[in-house]
Amino acid sequence: MGLELYLDLLSQPCRAVYLFAKKNGIPFELRTVELLKGQHVSKGFLPASSPQKVPVLKDGDFVLHQSVAILIYLSCKYQTADHWYPPGLQTRARIHEYLGWHADFIRGTFGVCLWTKVLAPLIGVQVPEEKVRRNRAAVDRALQLLEDQFLGDKAFLASQRVTLADLMALEELMQVVALGYDVFEGRPRLAAWRGRVEAVLGADLCQETHGPILNILEQMANKQLPPPPPEAHPSMLLRISRIP
Amino acid sequence: MGLELYLDLLCQPCRAVYIFAKKIGVPFELRTVEVLKGQHNSDDFAQVNPLRKVPALKDGDFTLAESVAILLYLSRKYEAPDHWYPQDLEACARVDEYLAWQHTALRSSCSLVMWQKMMLPVFLGERVPPETLASTLAELDRCLQLLEDKFLKDDDFLTGPCISVADLVAITELMHPVSAGYHVFKTRPKLAAWRQRVEAAVGEDLFQEAHEVVMKAKDLPPVDTAMKDKLKPLVQVLL
Repeated sequence: MGLELYLDLLSQPCRAVYLFAKKNGIPFELRTVELLKGQHVSKGFLPASSPQKVPVLKDGDFVLHQSVAILIYLSCKYQTADHWYPPGLQTRARIHEYLGWHADFIRGTFGVCLWTKVLAPLIGVQVPEEKVRRNRAAVDRALQLLEDQFLGDKAFLASQRVTLADLMALEELMQVVALGYDVFEGRPRLAAWRGRVEAVLGADLCQETHGPILNILEQMANKQLPPPPPEAHPSMLLRISRIP
Repeated sequence: MGLELYLDLLCQPCRAVYIFAKKIGVPFELRTVEVLKGQHNSDDFAQVNPLRKVPALKDGDFTLAESVAILLYLSRKYEAPDHWYPQDLEACARVDEYLAWQHTALRSSCSLVMWQKMMLPVFLGERVPPETLASTLAELDRCLQLLEDKFLKDDDFLTGPCISVADLVAITELMHPVSAGYHVFKTRPKLAAWRQRVEAAVGEDLFQEAHEVVMKAKDLPPVDTAMKDKLKPLVQVLL
């Protein structure tokens, strides 16, 4: 059995991994784990003794979690073009610097919208308006910092060429866009950056990867989304309670 | 001017950087930045890190923030022994996996316990509802269980038989609730044994030295009203 990637394209880090693997022609079996159907908490969908999260990589007996670790592993094992994870001491440090900040200010924050607009309502929970407003303010503050401190005048976030950092960031921003807030409107520098990242990836790959999340609100409106099964509720309620 | 490390040893990530730099013999100037005194907000410090956070590194004209970035930079530049951040593909991935996980899991639990159990009531005179603290402690417990079951398992260290930067990041995190009087190791013999091994590998003296500031945090005097007002928005987030 070759490389397997356990992904749900509704998840931002899963999309980053998918884009990277596909763009670099890395041969893998896609194992779709549908979060909405609670497959991550059911037996048989993820490798044994995995925490109930995606993405997961399985390479023979080697099982790996955390999108950043997976991206670095893939870039090293498949010797992808240098620019994705450059060997230079300082450039590589910039990528990790971005990813550290991203973990605090982007990850989590940018994922809240899927919960407030889709996942919580699907299990009959309403996230308080105050939390929604607070989240929006946090998103806006993060976008400002992203533009000013990380992108600046550069073409990409950590260097003049696209890196892993750009994939991770793009997918978080696309999550918010898909859930109804166009973060690129009124932010020409970010919009130009997005254009550059997507030009590297190619329109077809972007369309394929972003398709599911871009359709989510429409599916919600048309009542086409299955209510998550009861066994998924405890972890969902826990996640919802953690929204600041 | 050689390498400068801007640190507040009250903060977990700063301690990890401090221990690592000392352990692998990095020649550096320590620049102490006292966050509780607002020193991270000074214009001088903003030149080093415009995001005004510690830890930060200045190496000639090159400035760098974020503890993981700093640890990996130091490891490479000063050619730390391989086990700290291995070259081997899978061994390295294990360290990367831990460093990524801890950032969104253990780190926030440990910070919250420290603040809710000690800093808020003692330092800021803020009442913390018992249910809030209980929920935070439950979350910490969940993270500790994952730490034991998923990372440590039956190995000597978090990512295998040898100590790595992952262990430094973890141990400095866990000392945070310990300094607030929540003894995470007392009820978890597996973690306690791991702690002994990490301390032994690092060296007792260096370990004590790095933790001197945070272990005395409970003796800090209550903050004055002016500072209290400044820290008010932080209080919101921490409850």
